[in-house]
Amino acid sequence: MGRLNTAYGVVAIALVCLVTLAVGSFGLRLSRTTSDFYVAGRTVTPYRNASAIGGEYLSAASFLGIAGLVYTNGLDMLWFPVGYTVGYVVLLVLVAAPLRRSGAYTLPDFAEARLESLAIRRLSTILVVGIGWLYLLPQLQGASLALEAVTGAPGWLGGLVVAVVVVANVAAGGMRSITLVQALQYWVKLTAIAVPAFVLLGAWFSDGAPGPAIARDTRWEEPLNGLAGQGHPVYATYSLLLALALGTMGLPHVLVRFYTNPDGRAARRTTLTVVALLGTFYLFPPLYGLLGRVYLPQLPDGVAADTLVLRLPMAMVSDGLGQVLAAVLAGGAFAAFLSTASGLTMSVAGVIDQDLLRRRLGRLTGEDFSAAQGFRLATVLAVVVPYVASRVVEPVGLATMVSLAFAVAASTFCPLLVLGSWWRGLSTSGAAAGLVVGGTLATAAVGITVLAGPVPGWPGALLGQPAAWSIPLAFAVSVIVSLATPGRIPRHTARTMVRLHTPEDLVLERG
Amino acid sequence: MSDPGAPPRRVRVTSTRREATTRSVAQPLTRDIDEQSNLGEVYMAGLMQAQLRLALMVLAFGAAGLGGLPLLFVMVPATRTLEFRAVPLPWLVLAFVVYPVAVVVARYYVRQSERIEAEFSDVVGRRWGG
Repeated sequence: MGRLNTAYGVVAIALVCLVTLAVGSFGLRLSRTTSDFYVAGRTVTPYRNASAIGGEYLSAASFLGIAGLVYTNGLDMLWFPVGYTVGYVVLLVLVAAPLRRSGAYTLPDFAEARLESLAIRRLSTILVVGIGWLYLLPQLQGASLALEAVTGAPGWLGGLVVAVVVVANVAAGGMRSITLVQALQYWVKLTAIAVPAFVLLGAWFSDGAPGPAIARDTRWEEPLNGLAGQGHPVYATYSLLLALALGTMGLPHVLVRFYTNPDGRAARRTTLTVVALLGTFYLFPPLYGLLGRVYLPQLPDGVAADTLVLRLPMAMVSDGLGQVLAAVLAGGAFAAFLSTASGLTMSVAGVIDQDLLRRRLGRLTGEDFSAAQGFRLATVLAVVVPYVASRVVEPVGLATMVSLAFAVAASTFCPLLVLGSWWRGLSTSGAAAGLVVGGTLATAAVGITVLAGPVPGWPGALLGQPAAWSIPLAFAVSVIVSLATPGRIPRHTARTMVRLHTPEDLVLERG
Repeated sequence: MSDPGAPPRRVRVTSTRREATTRSVAQPLTRDIDEQSNLGEVYMAGLMQAQLRLALMVLAFGAAGLGGLPLLFVMVPATRTLEFRAVPLPWLVLAFVVYPVAVVVARYYVRQSERIEAEFSDVVGRRWGG
């Protein structure tokens, strides 16, 4: 199988990038004040907000990674999209309304508001930046993979294109344009994955619906066949599900979206719509994995399974149509990289700007800089680091990389947000201890997995999927240390709880 | 200063002064919550408990439903290859059925939690503009 047609693919990718930039600069003219710049002046409706969340959330892992995983490893990989969706249900029932009502814009904002401590704020800042970078890495890697597969461009180019478009867009337009762009991106992505899927399904039926070609004894089509080739599939399945279900709430680009809801009720309704939008999208990627087993039982050497989605049309339908479909899919994939990378960049940059840069810049320049300038500098920083890392770190598979980011988020921010929203007894020391222990354990496991490669046996399973032990440990440490330090319970906890849980239509003192 | 025997001065009644009488009614519960009185704390604890109970119930349902699947596959290996109209059941469930169920569960949660909040608002009273 040769290379995909270069011209169509380039046109599709260029089109997605240009439209993204155009919509972004249109938004720039609308965003006038600082408040507009950050959060769209909070005038975003739940429906558009939900589209934006969906657009932002459906990343390289969703668009390309799931199909590749299902193709390679079979049924067990369906837990990925299930987990990505269930994560929003967990977020909905545990923290959606309290997060919105806290009035926090970023995770560090929430940490500081709830625990009344600057130290916790700094800890959260470091974690947000770390998780954001960990999540940006596979987006940029995916972009490089896709551009290479479609056009034969060198490996460094795709990531660079995404990095440049994202910086231009985020730095120039801020949140309003991003909200508009993201809402648009969801529908672009859904169309780009659904329309070719229907065409390919049609081709499959007219071929007499042949069954997938599965090598004997791989048990590809059965559950628990060894998650991604690791041993201990039962443990790995549960641990993955936990990481995805509990990690969503701790992703840096998720909370920002809740701020743009007018109140807690709207935050819940937005989340409900998100669950529906994600569920619709995730019906499609596994189809590509299945059809891949039918039509492309063997990928050529050196071809990443993550590019299966882009290669499938050429293998299934006539040349002309195949090229058009491949181009549509490539465009959709780029929409996925751009939107997730934008959302992550936006939130990582926001945190870098607020917590790390602003005071230092102020001192360096004698306050001779505007808030927007500082934010723009932060944006560049937020993207350059993961881009460099994406060229250095050996790719471990898009969805695997993303699930590691989820594991770190679930081991740190999940205990903070859940205990912070529901337990009055959470003390500043307890929260800090939980963040440190959960963050250290999960990061160490991720680091060993990424840098040292696969480890055999139980240690490998435990390190490859740390969530099942690191999340309970982080919770336990938070609770035990809190119980031991009742004097460090924040003074205004009762009032904060009123703010987090009472409906906004009541006239109450919210601190 | 006026003569106590004299009839009281006539007052022209121009309105029912409804707000004057309502003001003297017992203070609304919102003030108890603002002042963090015992009563206010009881109401707040009640609200949080009701919401948390609902959340945990939904989570338990999800954990049993989704978390039970791998367990089922382990305990009853026959379910791994079970088919429904030529489609393997595990595929049907994980690739399709999960999503509408998630939406229905999320919708149920949103409605119930809004109901809990509406009841709380009614009891505690004093809505904006109400």
